[in-house]
Amino acid sequence: MSAARKLLLAGGLALVLWSMSFGLWYALFVEHQTLERMGGSLATGFAQAAERKMDDAHASLAIYADTEFDYVRQVDVHSHWGGLAILLMLLGVAFERVRFSERARTALAAMLLAGSSLFPLGVLLQTLDHGAGPKALGAAGAALVITGLAAVAVGFARGEAPGR
Amino acid sequence: MASVETTRTAEGRDFAPLGARRMLVVGGIALIAAGMLLGDLFAVFVLHQNAGRIGEHLTAAVDAVAAENSQAALQNFAAIGGRLENRGTKVDAHAHIIAFGYLALLLALAQPYLALSEGARRHLAQVLLAGAVLLPVSVFLIHYVGLQYSPLESIGWASITADFGGLLVIVACAGYGAGLVRHLLSGVRAADPLLRDRSRSARMLLAGGTLLILAGFLHGAYYAAVDLTEHEARESRILNTMVERAAQKDLAAAHQAVADYGMLQGEKAVAIAAHSHIIEFGLLAVLLAFLQPYVMLSERWRQRWAAVLLAGSVVLPVFVLAELRLGLVAGGIADAGGLMVILALVGMLTGVVRYTGSLDAGKAAP
Repeated sequence: MSAARKLLLAGGLALVLWSMSFGLWYALFVEHQTLERMGGSLATGFAQAAERKMDDAHASLAIYADTEFDYVRQVDVHSHWGGLAILLMLLGVAFERVRFSERARTALAAMLLAGSSLFPLGVLLQTLDHGAGPKALGAAGAALVITGLAAVAVGFARGEAPGR
Repeated sequence: MASVETTRTAEGRDFAPLGARRMLVVGGIALIAAGMLLGDLFAVFVLHQNAGRIGEHLTAAVDAVAAENSQAALQNFAAIGGRLENRGTKVDAHAHIIAFGYLALLLALAQPYLALSEGARRHLAQVLLAGAVLLPVSVFLIHYVGLQYSPLESIGWASITADFGGLLVIVACAGYGAGLVRHLLSGVRAADPLLRDRSRSARMLLAGGTLLILAGFLHGAYYAAVDLTEHEARESRILNTMVERAAQKDLAAAHQAVADYGMLQGEKAVAIAAHSHIIEFGLLAVLLAFLQPYVMLSERWRQRWAAVLLAGSVVLPVFVLAELRLGLVAGGIADAGGLMVILALVGMLTGVVRYTGSLDAGKAAP
């Protein structure tokens, strides 16, 4: 088996296991509490507005917005890691049909694996740091995945792999 | 038909009755078709009605704020929470059952690369499929079971069994992962006749699927770069406007904010649904490209089903995106797109079942 396929299959499997473990941990220890905090802060904000405590109401709505910001990204991270892992393994099975040199295919596989790992990691880090760093990491990871997949599409379109 | 026969003879060994590959292929396609049917039924009978009721409760909560009735506001949010849980669990069940179907198909393709005995593969396939059914069914039931008889404060029995289902899937993946690692370390070269299929239907699905995935990625990147932050800022602004105007007893403005909020939720939902569906359909097409030798239909019919699947895969996300502008007509066309994908899957599954029947009859013959 070529190095490119090994990278994609082993990397994809490791990533899907990581994604599922993250999802299980999240469902058990974080999600319910997060949803309660979201719903609670939103309802409390409206109740405080009904009592004309407007500063408190706006503060509660701000907590809601912050919690939702984190929740959306945490759920996205789980689904993107899992989805990208399945894509990596699928490409690993089909990679012989990508008509590039073995060296280029290995580089392409490394690019896809790095992008699939870093893009959701950047999104997850946004829940800890709202600065530009995590956004840049997520964007760079996404760019790697998109560029890699576009190259794979070109490789598929070129037909059979050399020597096959 | 001749090519199908040739392939079948070559692969009969790997597609034995109750074998891991057969279980995963049939189970995987059935899971995906069931998940999509659930999604279509949910979209037609639950989604819009549920959103309408959430809007009614939000309007009532705004009225309660204006009337300085905090208890009524809280009651309406409790009702909204129930509606959101109802919607969220249905969406989760739909998404997970399809994702597990993809995983099953992928693991079916990976079988030659797993250094495991057939018995171990079969047991792992059973564990995977059991978890793949248990998790979404349990998630579907969360809204109805609630916290009845639960030993925990905030997690009900349905959530517990769902988590157990997830654990079963993880165990199966870990087992297959160990087999893959053993294979990679062994240096043994595995060959799979499935990957040699170059039929037109397989090429259509491979090329179409790759393009769908790429289109989905580009759309997702655009959404994340342009719309996501703006949507979050707009949501916060609208909610603050809602409570401000309601507290000032300006009900017309407060109700307008509720309408704006509903529109924003719609914008977010269609963008995310289009993004996820186009990628999922792309993955499905690529997976099915490799399984075409198991679809015992004439090449013409395999091409027809491939075309129907690809057409439905474009129609659904495109018309989901158009739903905000064109309304329910676009929603109906999107649902029809989903139905096209389901039909194509059932058509292909019929071919796989014919293949298994033919294989078993051949084996049973003296």
